[in-house]
Amino acid sequence: MNPALLGVFTIFVGVGGCLAYFYFSNVLLDKVIFPAKGIHAGRNINRAEKVRPWLFLAPAILALGTYLAYPVVATIWLSLTDRSQGDAFVGLANYRQMGLDPKFWEALRNNMLWLIVVPAASTAFGLLAAQLTDRIRWGNIAKSIIFMPMAISFVGAAVIFKLVYDARPAGTGQIGILNAVWLQFDGGIGSLIVLRILPILLLVLMAAGLALLAWILIRPVVKPDHRRPGLIETLVRLLASVVSVLVVLACLRGILAAVGGTYPYGVPQQWLTIPVWNSFFLMIVLIWIQTGFAMVILSAALRGIPEETIEAAIIDGANPLQIFFSIKMPQIAPTIVVVWTTITIVVLKVFDIVYAMTNGQWQTQVLANYMYDKLFRSNDWGVGSAAAMVIMLLVTPILIWNVYNARKEMR
Amino acid sequence: MATLKLTQVEKTYGGTIDVLKDINLDIKTGELIVFVGPSGCGKSTLLRMIAGLEKISGGELQIDGQVVNDIPPAQRGIAMVFQSYALYPHMTVRDNMTFALKLAKKSKSEIDAAVSKAARILQLEPYLDRLPKALSGGQRQRVAIGRSIVRDPKVYLFDEPLSNLDAALRVATRIEIAQLKESMPDSTMIYVTHDQVEAMTLATRIVVLANKGIAQVGTPLELYERPQNEFVAQFIGSPAMNLLAGEIVATGPETTVRLVGGGTATAAVATQASDMGLKVNVGVRPEDLLSVEPGAPYIFEGKVNITEALGEVTLLYFDRIRDNDAVIGKLPGIHQGLRGTTVRMTARPEKVQIFHNGQSLHYR
Amino acid sequence: MDGMAGGKSSLSWAVNISVVVLVLLWLFPTVGLLVSSFRTADQIAGSGWWTAMLPQERNETLRTDRPGDLETIPQVDGVYVVEGNLFVADGRTEGGAAISAWGTGSLAIDEFVPGDTAPLDDGQAITVQENGDYVWTSPTPQEGRGQRVFTTAATPPEFTVENYDNMLFDPSNREGMTKAFFNTLTVTIPATIIPILIAAFAAYALAWMDFPGRALLIAAVVGLLVVPLQLALIPLLRLHNEIGIGKGYLGVWLAHTGFGLPLAIYLLRNYMVGLPRDIIENARVDGATDFQIFVKIILPLSYPALASFAIFQFLWTWNDLLVSLVFLIDSSGDTTVMTKQIVELLGSRGGNWEILATAAFVSIAVPLLVFFSLQRFLVRGLLAGSVK
Ligand SMILES: Nc1ncnc2c1ncn2[C@@H]1O[C@H](COP(=O)(O)OP(=O)(O)O)[C@@H](O)[C@H]1O
Ligand SMILES: [Mg+2]
Repeated sequence: MNPALLGVFTIFVGVGGCLAYFYFSNVLLDKVIFPAKGIHAGRNINRAEKVRPWLFLAPAILALGTYLAYPVVATIWLSLTDRSQGDAFVGLANYRQMGLDPKFWEALRNNMLWLIVVPAASTAFGLLAAQLTDRIRWGNIAKSIIFMPMAISFVGAAVIFKLVYDARPAGTGQIGILNAVWLQFDGGIGSLIVLRILPILLLVLMAAGLALLAWILIRPVVKPDHRRPGLIETLVRLLASVVSVLVVLACLRGILAAVGGTYPYGVPQQWLTIPVWNSFFLMIVLIWIQTGFAMVILSAALRGIPEETIEAAIIDGANPLQIFFSIKMPQIAPTIVVVWTTITIVVLKVFDIVYAMTNGQWQTQVLANYMYDKLFRSNDWGVGSAAAMVIMLLVTPILIWNVYNARKEMR
Repeated sequence: MATLKLTQVEKTYGGTIDVLKDINLDIKTGELIVFVGPSGCGKSTLLRMIAGLEKISGGELQIDGQVVNDIPPAQRGIAMVFQSYALYPHMTVRDNMTFALKLAKKSKSEIDAAVSKAARILQLEPYLDRLPKALSGGQRQRVAIGRSIVRDPKVYLFDEPLSNLDAALRVATRIEIAQLKESMPDSTMIYVTHDQVEAMTLATRIVVLANKGIAQVGTPLELYERPQNEFVAQFIGSPAMNLLAGEIVATGPETTVRLVGGGTATAAVATQASDMGLKVNVGVRPEDLLSVEPGAPYIFEGKVNITEALGEVTLLYFDRIRDNDAVIGKLPGIHQGLRGTTVRMTARPEKVQIFHNGQSLHYR
Repeated sequence: MDGMAGGKSSLSWAVNISVVVLVLLWLFPTVGLLVSSFRTADQIAGSGWWTAMLPQERNETLRTDRPGDLETIPQVDGVYVVEGNLFVADGRTEGGAAISAWGTGSLAIDEFVPGDTAPLDDGQAITVQENGDYVWTSPTPQEGRGQRVFTTAATPPEFTVENYDNMLFDPSNREGMTKAFFNTLTVTIPATIIPILIAAFAAYALAWMDFPGRALLIAAVVGLLVVPLQLALIPLLRLHNEIGIGKGYLGVWLAHTGFGLPLAIYLLRNYMVGLPRDIIENARVDGATDFQIFVKIILPLSYPALASFAIFQFLWTWNDLLVSLVFLIDSSGDTTVMTKQIVELLGSRGGNWEILATAAFVSIAVPLLVFFSLQRFLVRGLLAGSVK
């Protein structure tokens, strides 16, 4: 059958089937099994009410169970068996094999890098965009444009950025904007400012900001003044400040590189083949997509801040920066956490971008693509499932946190 | 510790929408000035202009003799208490109070002294390390006041600080504010409210705002006894002052008015012979109306439509006569059986006001 | 806040400029692709797309007509004159460019401006006008090949829809996007509608019906919200094979339904919980059954939430690669979707940007259209789904 026809047919069957199921199961319940008539009318109505929720929920529970809950269990099982030995139980052998695979560690390392950079950058850009666009008249148009990549597929974005990163042999005209810009630098004073002094300044600023952040995070733990944080809060604070310190160290290394490194001026670069840098070029694609999401949500949060608290701060003598960091940021902190975790989950699942742009070559592998590789190219279901379990493990803290919050909210 | 002077201050939004114009006001050190007026008349706007949160569109504002039109809020030496309290939700009570002082780089000992003093005055000591969300409405209100006290400002600004509290708490807090003012006799305060009881009880002087301008400035009793115009006459006092149309029939140190309803009113207001025949409105407060014996002269005669016995007083609602508003009387004590009867009422001449074109003849 | 006394207006300039920069940064990559899709392969390879809007400076080496081809060379005032237009001379047919400079030697190609007369050897001379008209004079009859002229001309920007013609309407193009486009559509529409229906009933039960285990179910939905679908690939593929669905549309629809349900239930439940209790209780008192309440009251009132989830699910299924790769596309490739097609083109036609850009834009166009026309619902859905 023609797929389009089949599609239409399925819509009718699917939708009609769903509706028919809901309608007739309810009729059956009310008219046949527990009729609201006769001497047992009251008792029957009560019984019908007890059953009805499950009628409403049945298809959803079935689908969720089959398509999400069962696979989690099945994947755990698969990761402990070996397909080539007839699905025999092999204990942790798959994990051991994965642990010996350098590609896995490369993927894990890259994923960690993604996990730090992408949520941080998207949230920061989103916050900046929200703060700026809320203050101008054509802000809504600007928001629309920054939000737009949200509608573009990862694959589409991959094509878009491949064009940006395109390189032609030296001497011919460059059609990738990045190389065209790059070739403008010739090692002169302009290059000195843009490629050395500016990055150094930015990195110093970032390092200072992060060091301050680390200190702010750790201060209540080492020097409690009025209120002592609880155990979980202490742990989270410690973890966050350790991560900040690590990033500060990375910034310092970056500064050293910017001071002492030599740049291949005048040579068009194959950006996606330069290890470590290429991961960042891939991350830019995701940041480009996710910033709009962060901006939309943070902008709503910013607008939710009571205007009077800001006016009170103005009267108290706070300047715009102090207002932003001492009054606005803390008030939207819960929203920042939500945005951050949402983007974190997207990052953990990121597959299409890497698959389409480098397919994990040149040391850009990430877990999701590594897993796909193992599952469908090497046909090694055991190791593939083990990799999937690693992703699941990384998601788990967020899962627990979300469930915990949802339960707290319902009370 | 500070004087304020407003000279022809005005406010327009977007260059077209006039909200306030030609506001002239002198405020002396130690006064508690209350802005009252109906909702939307620009009380908050005027207060926010004084605070510096809104630009002044025209005219001049001086604090202590210095023009401050272009000086940002933080440098005006003012502190403001908002209607919603505007506490920083993520800071403890202590941090809320010290925020401004830390920004001003005050020393730690200075900050601690200021906070403990304010906390003592406002009985906030047990709550200093709590977050605002763990406080009751009244406590939050006190923190907001404490936040301004610690800064030791020249001028305190309050924008309807009590309107988010329930009735009982409102009375208690009102009294606290009055006591606070008494304990700081030198501080100047400006207080915005739409509640005339707050205005009457707290104010040194009241500024009544209406129709984009000031309707009258005066002490609470001046406003009550000698309203400058019909607006103030009806705005201050509850129920509102009765207004009865009539025509001047006798002039002199006392003036007699024949009323449309048939009665005559004598007022202790001086008029000249040229005022003879002038169309005026006579104003009498419900609480000033007295019932009269049959045969004696009366201001007003009417059938009692509804009575409301409040215990200490009884309110009489009369049938409307012609196009006058329905007259209301307020008699002390309990009066039963008046409903449906026809009653004649009068008032002492010094309690009677005369308005021509909305302006009181007292102030000619 | 803008009305604050003592505020600086320079700040507002800084804000405006920063936003302009931000917007341009965000817009630039997409515009690059869009512009490229309207250029020919030669144009794309020849110059960056950002120059496409400007008239192009082009250096050419042209020749006058061959005197040897002329039957007679007209003589005017004793000199032999060859006249014509450089752009149509010597067998060329295209015209229209405006010459900004020209020369007669390869070392000085911009020696003269239009209207100048350049001396040549043997007392000859040539005059070239801006539109390419030339007058070549000589004391003796010219012979052999035409005179060489180096021109610098600005050609106006030029765009073409040929790429789209090729990728969409050329039935013989095996790399065309038409089939993939319809396949994507076939995947997307049922995969958007079916989960909405199932989720709406479940959300109603979770929001307004009382039964033991409700809180647990809601927690489960919130938990499943973040389960990476990578986990589901192999077990489900195996399941599909075992129950005979195999790879195909049915499988992909079911998979998308399953993966979309947690968000759908979560969004819809959040929205439905916020509906006024009075309305529902009033209907109950009036004797409506739960099914009637749901169909007649809840569904119409929940329409904004339904719309926002529909948009999410549409964008997500339209843009999906992984699920189709695993559950739909078999070795025959007949059921390929656009994202897969583009990835293949990226591999096989990595340098042919006219093909890639067009293919990518064909797949991006529909989501962008949906995005710009229904942005309101999208934003609302996002806020309902994440702000707390
Ligand atoms: N930003 C604004 N633009 C236009 N009109 C405004 C603006 N802010 C306030 N107004 C108008 O100014 C008037 C006074 O407002 P306000 O000072 O808040 O009154 P209130 O006396 O109740 O405190 C109102 O009629 C309001 O509509
Ligand atoms: Mg107000």
